[in-house]
Amino acid sequence: MDKIWLILTREYTSRVKKKSFLLATFLTPLLMGGLYAAAIYFAVSDSEEKIIKVIDESGLFVDKLEGRNSVVFEFVTEPVDSARKKVENGSFIGLLYIKDVDIDDPQGINYYSMTTPGIDLIRGMNRSLETVVRDAKIKKMGFSKSALDSLNTDINITSINLSGENEKEGNSGIAMAVGIFSGMLIYMFMLIYGSQVMRGVMQEKTSKIVEILVSSVRPFHLMMGKILGIAAVGLTQFILWIVLTVSIISIAGPLLGGESAEDMVAAQSGIAQAELAQSPEAQNKLLAAIDEVVDSVNIPLLVGSFFFYFLSGYLFYAALFAMIGAVVDSEADTQQFMMPIMLPLIASMMFLGVIIKDPSGPIAFWMSIIPFFSPIIMMIRIPFDVPLWQLVLSMTLMVLGFLGTTWMAGRVYRIGILMHGAKVNYKVMFKWLMMKN
Amino acid sequence: MDILNAQGITKRYANHLALSNLDLAIPNASIFGLLGPNGAGKTTFLRIINQIIFADEGTITIENRPLSQNHIEMIGYLPEERGLYKKMKVGEHLLYFARLKGLNRTEAIKRIKVWFKKFDIPDWLDKKVEDLSKGMQQKVQFIATVLHEPKLIILDEPFSGFDPINANLIKDEILELREKGSSIIFSTHRMESVEELCDHIALINEGVKILDGPKRDIKNQFRDNIYSLEHLTPIKELPDGFEIKTSQKIDEGMTETIIHIADNQKANDLLQVLIGQTEVRSFSEVIPSINDIFIKTVKEQAHG
Repeated sequence: MDKIWLILTREYTSRVKKKSFLLATFLTPLLMGGLYAAAIYFAVSDSEEKIIKVIDESGLFVDKLEGRNSVVFEFVTEPVDSARKKVENGSFIGLLYIKDVDIDDPQGINYYSMTTPGIDLIRGMNRSLETVVRDAKIKKMGFSKSALDSLNTDINITSINLSGENEKEGNSGIAMAVGIFSGMLIYMFMLIYGSQVMRGVMQEKTSKIVEILVSSVRPFHLMMGKILGIAAVGLTQFILWIVLTVSIISIAGPLLGGESAEDMVAAQSGIAQAELAQSPEAQNKLLAAIDEVVDSVNIPLLVGSFFFYFLSGYLFYAALFAMIGAVVDSEADTQQFMMPIMLPLIASMMFLGVIIKDPSGPIAFWMSIIPFFSPIIMMIRIPFDVPLWQLVLSMTLMVLGFLGTTWMAGRVYRIGILMHGAKVNYKVMFKWLMMKN
Repeated sequence: MDILNAQGITKRYANHLALSNLDLAIPNASIFGLLGPNGAGKTTFLRIINQIIFADEGTITIENRPLSQNHIEMIGYLPEERGLYKKMKVGEHLLYFARLKGLNRTEAIKRIKVWFKKFDIPDWLDKKVEDLSKGMQQKVQFIATVLHEPKLIILDEPFSGFDPINANLIKDEILELREKGSSIIFSTHRMESVEELCDHIALINEGVKILDGPKRDIKNQFRDNIYSLEHLTPIKELPDGFEIKTSQKIDEGMTETIIHIADNQKANDLLQVLIGQTEVRSFSEVIPSINDIFIKTVKEQAHG
């Protein structure tokens, strides 16, 4: 055990001291913060008004046409030809030309612009026009509009989850977000640090340090020391990311929030942005959102299972990655062996949509108990509440799974690391697996 | 007494027999040459001693106790395939290897400094391995092998890739380690390179031991009573019991003649006869090299 610890510390310190580690650790939160800021910036700047000129020969739409998605209609009364020229020379952004139409069969409405309009813009204009036509038809048929409006009823289903100790209001939106986020984190962790294990093992093999090492430690200890050391690096990086991202967002968030559309007027009238951030209204909103998450998701269960699947999933895959590193002689050879390992990971991502649509369905069930998929899929399911027996089954299989891959990897590893220039395929790997000491 | 005793070691790989019923005894405080061509099974045997792989049959004892994990700390192994972590500092590297061999931190640092002084490289502690030349890296590897003062030092092809200066430096250290009581196993296919160093020799070929014993005994065993003579004027005739094998001019009137002496004759008698006939410039016994012995033995085995 002392030796595993020695190897673990070497792996950990040599990686944590690297410049690339420091760079990735401190730049990633900045990058995330930057993306967050950019998203807000574009959301705000996108809300600029888009003025579209309208020539309405039917007279049906004047002053009734309402713009959507920051589109504003301005009616003009000039000949179509001269208006089109104005579009061509850029004084008008867009021109909507409505001929004298029959409301039962409105044909020949044209939109002129110098760029191809986006689908949202066309759809928005269609809706605006349709609403006006509909109102005109209602009038023509002699219904009163208010009577018709009363036919529309707003229904909101409140979903109540009875599986917990207390009835609680479920919020599938938040559950979904939490599930996807934790599943993605685990996916990234397994992939990034798993392949680091592979590369580390391969480097020890190709630089021929390994024979000196295995004359001092057992190959299995060497492999475990490396896997655990890199896990510690990963955990350090994740914790730093979380701490840094949270602090960046909590400093920068309110500043950016102040610029957002909510209170631009206030900002312009000279109220300091910092004060805005502390306004009770904004704080209440944040608290309400946090409350909602806390209420709708079982936090201790979520955090507990997150750490469980985070670590067990990593151990499961890292062992397989270590095995690949031990059998190949160069980076190029890794490709053929990577594929079968990547496949279940990619599949988990591909089935994400299906799982979210039906988090208790058969696909979700099977994928969440098979160790190849369960670290990602079960994490996505947990916020939607999973029966206890399924969770226990999944975790048991996961533990057996990583014990299995570690055992298997250890056996292939001890032979593979000493083999240079051997042509390795699955048959050879199987032979090594079965070989006695 | 023997530090290591191997009995009936057999190791099979999928398609060949790497070692077949090998018996070897490594005497205490000696330098033992494990010689044989590539693929003879030398590295397999060394890996078995280091418990990197395990024998299918046979037993190994070290100081009369069966080989176990406890012995790791008393063995120093420099494999043929050896490397260093390029990004690590030399000091950290040596410390890591020493601690893997069970040395504690303070003792390891103390000894690293002693070795650095010895090799006259005091400023290497903070140097990165990748900044060292190949020869420098070899020194570091050697220090790493012996830092924990192992009683049994195993060197597999130790001089491959060494320049002559480093090779001599290492040779001197090896002799000193033997003086201090360590036993050294040398494994190489370049037999001439270790001939002068070894006290004991074992020759193996295709997994089978073909010769084993103190170097002097082996050499005596293979003496053929052949003498080499360098002289000026030609030799006329030799009495019974002396036979000229070959005679050829080498340069400036000098001739080299190889003479076989029968078992009942003496070299001194030959010399007396020769002095009467020609001017003798040199006279020496032709002692077979280990390489010659190896080739001869392998041939004999193939025919017999």
